[in-house]
Amino acid sequence: MSTAITPTHDHAYQGAHDARDHHDDHGPGNWTRIFTTTNHKDIGSMYLWFSLFMFFVGGSMALLIRAELFQPGLQFVQPEVFNSLTTVHALIMIFGAVMPAFTGFANWLIPMQIGAADMAFPRMNNWSFWLMIPAAILLFASFFVPGGAAASGWTLYPPLSIQGGIGLDMTILAIHILGASSIMGSINIITTLLNMRAPGMTLMKMPMFCWTWLITAYLMIAVMPVLAGAITMLLTDRHFGTSFFNAAGGGDPTMFMHIFWFFGHPEVYILILPAFGIVSQIIPTFARKPLFGYASMVYATASIAMLSFIVWGHHMFTVGMPAAGQLFFMYATMLIAVPTGVKIFNWIATMWRGSLSFETPMLFCIGFLCMFTLGGFSGLVLAIVPVDITLHNTYYVVAHFHYVLFPGAIWGLMAGVYFWLPKFTGRMYNETLGKWHFWLSAISFNITFFPQHFLGLAGMPRRIPDYALQFAEWNMVSSIGAFILGFSQLLFVWNVVSCIRSGEKAKAKQWEGADSLEWTHLPSPVPYHTFEIAPVIK
Amino acid sequence: MSAATSGYYFAPPSKWPVVGSTALLFMGAGGAMTMNQIQPFGWASLAIGFSILVYMLFGWFGQVIRESESGLYNDQVDGSFRWSMSWFIFSEVMFFAAFFGALYYARVFSVPWLADQDNALLWEGYSAVWPTVGPYLEKNTAYDFTAMGPWGVPLLNTILLLSSGVTLTWAHHALKAGHRGQLVAGLFATVALGFTFLGFQIYEYVHAYSELNLKLTSGVFGSTFFMLTGFHGFHVTLGAIMLTVILFRCMKGHFKPNHHFGFEAVAWYWHFVDVVWLGLFLFVYVFV
Repeated sequence: MSTAITPTHDHAYQGAHDARDHHDDHGPGNWTRIFTTTNHKDIGSMYLWFSLFMFFVGGSMALLIRAELFQPGLQFVQPEVFNSLTTVHALIMIFGAVMPAFTGFANWLIPMQIGAADMAFPRMNNWSFWLMIPAAILLFASFFVPGGAAASGWTLYPPLSIQGGIGLDMTILAIHILGASSIMGSINIITTLLNMRAPGMTLMKMPMFCWTWLITAYLMIAVMPVLAGAITMLLTDRHFGTSFFNAAGGGDPTMFMHIFWFFGHPEVYILILPAFGIVSQIIPTFARKPLFGYASMVYATASIAMLSFIVWGHHMFTVGMPAAGQLFFMYATMLIAVPTGVKIFNWIATMWRGSLSFETPMLFCIGFLCMFTLGGFSGLVLAIVPVDITLHNTYYVVAHFHYVLFPGAIWGLMAGVYFWLPKFTGRMYNETLGKWHFWLSAISFNITFFPQHFLGLAGMPRRIPDYALQFAEWNMVSSIGAFILGFSQLLFVWNVVSCIRSGEKAKAKQWEGADSLEWTHLPSPVPYHTFEIAPVIK
Repeated sequence: MSAATSGYYFAPPSKWPVVGSTALLFMGAGGAMTMNQIQPFGWASLAIGFSILVYMLFGWFGQVIRESESGLYNDQVDGSFRWSMSWFIFSEVMFFAAFFGALYYARVFSVPWLADQDNALLWEGYSAVWPTVGPYLEKNTAYDFTAMGPWGVPLLNTILLLSSGVTLTWAHHALKAGHRGQLVAGLFATVALGFTFLGFQIYEYVHAYSELNLKLTSGVFGSTFFMLTGFHGFHVTLGAIMLTVILFRCMKGHFKPNHHFGFEAVAWYWHFVDVVWLGLFLFVYVFV
């Protein structure tokens, strides 16, 4: 009874999903369903809106930081508050903005791309989302307790993190809850991918977005519990008299760094692999050619994930490590450039001799390709032990990871939003505004972060609210860029909101080169329930 | 109905996730307040949070059990449960790996380093013999403790847990063969062995604190000993509670010879807890 559904037969699934509507006591029109919904599209939207909100909260903190650094001396915030701002900015952007946004896309897209009706565990799916709310409340509230929010840097290194007040405990518990949310979300996603595929949708036929998420979910299930272990030890060292990270008791603060970065390095791939997936969907669409080297893409992604478990030491070359350890971590880190290079090569080869067009999603992908590659190269620079020893904890590092995270993770997400917005909402965004958003972001991003390479090479340390006079000019340039960058993102919000409210009607297959199931088998906007009857993939 | 998602049971809207999140908000706030001696709000918030959590667990699992017993879960749903339970256990393995990692790091690196030439000035005369209370307590106080010997209670507990694995497998075979009486007997034995293990562990902790002077605060040895065995004991507690629920379900006639993943999931979990114990027995008790 399985049939391939074409967009012209709207009534076909109209009948099919009646069965589920009966026990949906809230229809799709009732907003209070956000508390109880088990629909993957609802939950995907909730994730995306939540992460957009957090993106602006974390971004506001970044602008406070840049305002403070506009000129030397202390202007706006006290050093303690500055430290809290850098700490919570990172925590919010990582756990509150980028990860939930990727999960939002996973929720929306994975069931549609593999021809499933929903996620494997719809109720747990809702809990994964709702767990982020108490965590966010704890994190925000920590700014208003005695001692203020965590000020140890997002890495929570002891002994600094042993000394903080109740705000640090709230942060640790918030991370615990976010970790539970991530693990549940990942188990749901990986189970959906492994067990809910439509007949004929073999693993090696899955769109790249599904593949990157399969590997990301695996990474999260492997390392979020390790983070939970590390911060549990912090908590017991803080309050219950254990000596894990206390040399007087036979422990070692360095031990925390090892455990933390065993989580932390795979975490940076958690923050980028789904963006690789999004880009791998969009570039072939606008090159009107299939993805070059699909299988090698899959293997490269898996290789990056595996290598990510054995490179954590490169975050701590300066803490005192045997030379053999430094050499191992240096070479292992450089090895990651190989599968990453395969991916970059494949994206470029996909565009080679394609019928390219440059709509907003494609612009963001090309921006991603150029800027992320730059961030990757500065990562290679930092992988070299003797270089890292001079650049460690300077603005060069800040520039490096913002180059991989902003044009990497965030632009991947932006590209994804522009690309799938017509599918999600049934309406088109404003192309001109989208291009303005891209070019303003691209230019201001580079004004903000490119000078930070110079600052770092000149020796400006990170995470300090004041600096020596010789750093003044480039800091001013960087701050000006940051404000343009921050306010440019309002164009994005405006574009999304006006698209939803009054955009032009989108076609079922808005992009002629798109070939995954959500474009070929479903109308725009997609109905509340899709693929109640699985399509058969040939 | 050959199509992949046809007949797959998707849960209707549910209040339980939000109830659970509310519970964790109270528990998080209560935990932070309690650890910072903000009372009685801390305890109150913890108690409220825990009550809501228990309410959610009963409600949510109750609903899942009713759905399962009314035959809503087909083979594909069963497959989802199998995948997800495997991944969940993998995540638990990684959680314990962090604490085992801390143990190995302390034994192989941090303690020997504290006694090497670099630290000779700081911790003069520190000998770095495992088990250790660490250089500060050793040097500045008369504090000392005795490590828990492996061949008394821990060996007994090893035998208890291994036997419980056997009785559980016996119960599983009985379930597959349709022998309800043997199933209940095997499960009952497993639960009894599990709780006996916990009783012995409580006895062991009391013994450690009152007679061996071995405490959570006994340097890095006490930290790793109590956190590893403590988290394991917590998992045994959860496993024993889960087994008890399964026991009651079996007595009520739940599960079929060919459809009983609820039973199997708990069995997997129990075996996992068993394997972790073997690691603990070797690296925490035997090779001290």
